[in-house]
Amino acid sequence: MSLQLGWPDYMVIRDENRCIKCEVCAKQCANEVHKLDSDYDKMMADESKCVNCHRCVALCPTRALKIKVNDLEFKPNANWTGSAIKEIYKQASSGGVLLSGMGNTKPYPVYWDKMLINASQVTNPSIDPLREPMETSVLLGRKPEKLEFDKDGKLKTKMPPQVKLDVPVMFSAMSFGSISKNAHEALARAATDLNIMYNTGEGGLAKEFYQYGPNTIVQIASGRFGVHPEYLNAGAMLEIKIGQGAKPGIGGHLPGEKVGEAVSKARMIPRGSDAISPAPHHDIYSIEDLRQLIYSLKEATNYTKPVSVKIAAVHNSPAIASGIARAGADIIAIDGFRGGTGAAPSRVRDNVGIPIELALAAVDQRLREESIRNDVSLVVGGSIRNSADIVKAIALGADACYIASSALIAVGCHMCQNCYTGKCNWGIATQRDDLVKRLNPDIAYERLMNLITAWKHEIEELLGGMGINAIESLRGNRLMLRGIGLNQKELDILGIQHAGE
Amino acid sequence: MKKVYADEKWCLGCGLCNVYCRTCHSETNDIVKAHNFEEPRPKSRLHVETGEKVNFALQCRHCDDPKCVTACITGAMQKDPDIGLVTNDTDRCVGCWTCVLACPFGAIVRDEDAGKVAAKCDLCVKSGEPECVKHCPNNALKFEDRE
Repeated sequence: MSLQLGWPDYMVIRDENRCIKCEVCAKQCANEVHKLDSDYDKMMADESKCVNCHRCVALCPTRALKIKVNDLEFKPNANWTGSAIKEIYKQASSGGVLLSGMGNTKPYPVYWDKMLINASQVTNPSIDPLREPMETSVLLGRKPEKLEFDKDGKLKTKMPPQVKLDVPVMFSAMSFGSISKNAHEALARAATDLNIMYNTGEGGLAKEFYQYGPNTIVQIASGRFGVHPEYLNAGAMLEIKIGQGAKPGIGGHLPGEKVGEAVSKARMIPRGSDAISPAPHHDIYSIEDLRQLIYSLKEATNYTKPVSVKIAAVHNSPAIASGIARAGADIIAIDGFRGGTGAAPSRVRDNVGIPIELALAAVDQRLREESIRNDVSLVVGGSIRNSADIVKAIALGADACYIASSALIAVGCHMCQNCYTGKCNWGIATQRDDLVKRLNPDIAYERLMNLITAWKHEIEELLGGMGINAIESLRGNRLMLRGIGLNQKELDILGIQHAGE
Repeated sequence: MKKVYADEKWCLGCGLCNVYCRTCHSETNDIVKAHNFEEPRPKSRLHVETGEKVNFALQCRHCDDPKCVTACITGAMQKDPDIGLVTNDTDRCVGCWTCVLACPFGAIVRDEDAGKVAAKCDLCVKSGEPECVKHCPNNALKFEDRE
């Protein structure tokens, strides 16, 4: 089809007065947008290939470049928007499912931004975290119903396995394969030095990463890639991945091009073969089946590590969570519909699942009503953007938060949502050697350390403002939240009052 | 002495080191003017090797036994006995290119625009830290004392 009905999504705007023809943009663009035309001695651009990742913009030494959304417009139509029309053009020419990377882009309500945090005034004075101790560490795992002590005051109760985090944040599952080795290494090193956890994702674990074991969550997903006894025992926590917020109900597909030697070894699959994760676990069709897998994993690790079950936030999450808790899981991880991904069908990403804020509140409430809240820790993810989101999540009832998009943004991701092309110009979502080396793990590690350290300070400030000196005292403390611009139903589900009440 | 070392593992071959080297050795000290307007056109004193797998930036190694200094017919090329820096005095340089031939690294550049003189890395003594190191986007250049 030579006739293209659409037009490029972006415009490359080059300030000719500033351009010095150094060709850095041309050398850095994996999509081959920029080129020096030697006939005219001018930089030219083929904007049809541009994905708006800003690599050229960031590296241009004279700031001569700007990428703008193409302002060419269709006749205004509130129903047939430009993107709706263009998507039809695309599918009519390709016959394929539309793919996207990263999270939901649609303007659904962000409930974090409709909740406000309390602060102490006069009574119950606020605390200055720079002068007084502030506890931000949390323990994840099943908590015993009561604690018994012997006559010397020593703990008699045998504690179920716990994982300690210095900050209630963990890097959520991103497999080696979906992200580069350097990105993986930066996450592992940062998690170790921050004393938090990172998650292998479903891609198995390369031997060189076993050294980060005490801060590693090893994931077991439907494809069971790279799962073997040594792998299960390599981490400090296990996670059964049932679903993912960006694409609830569907599996995964790592294209063969990304399965190079290292990825093939870690995943235990032939080089160049597609890694296809089925939509369901074919051995889990009920809570009883899930229980079998949970206990198989506990057996395999000698009951020394907590087992988490990760689900996408969907309509009946509370009932599912109750089942998961009763199936013996120590941790339930819930991933909201704004969660990121390396690749998802756009329709699924943008239309399936529910917001994490509502799912969290509903799950926490249900587990409390059934008196099984202490049997599990709740971890939530799906677009946690800053420390205030974390504080709000904990006040709604979470034990800790999973972050992934934020972590990738910290190391350079510009949210161009083209991870699935494998041509990530930032060296994150790619396996191409020349692109992978663009992410120096020393720099990425430092940026991750900085981000979480900054968030820790902010969490302490927010806690102190509320007159609370330990994160544990905030958990499920919904009186610390007030809604703004929410209707009664939303307030009821969130279990909070409206501002002013 | 502190020298610039390339770490080819992280070099992207983007060439930003070249841009900043040229700017630092310009009259105007402005990127756009140095590249588009200034005459004579300032020269970058380093060379970026790019290939399929390996890239790295190469500049004067400030050798302990500098062949360029031995070879120089006018005494323009000198090694500072205290700090070890090898510099070329452009007033004395006659552009015979003997140093260019003698340098085992190919790190000396012929600057014909600026009156036929040899140009080479001076570790940006005037600005403190070498500009190539300061602006490398991937920490592929290090300014360290490894002796």
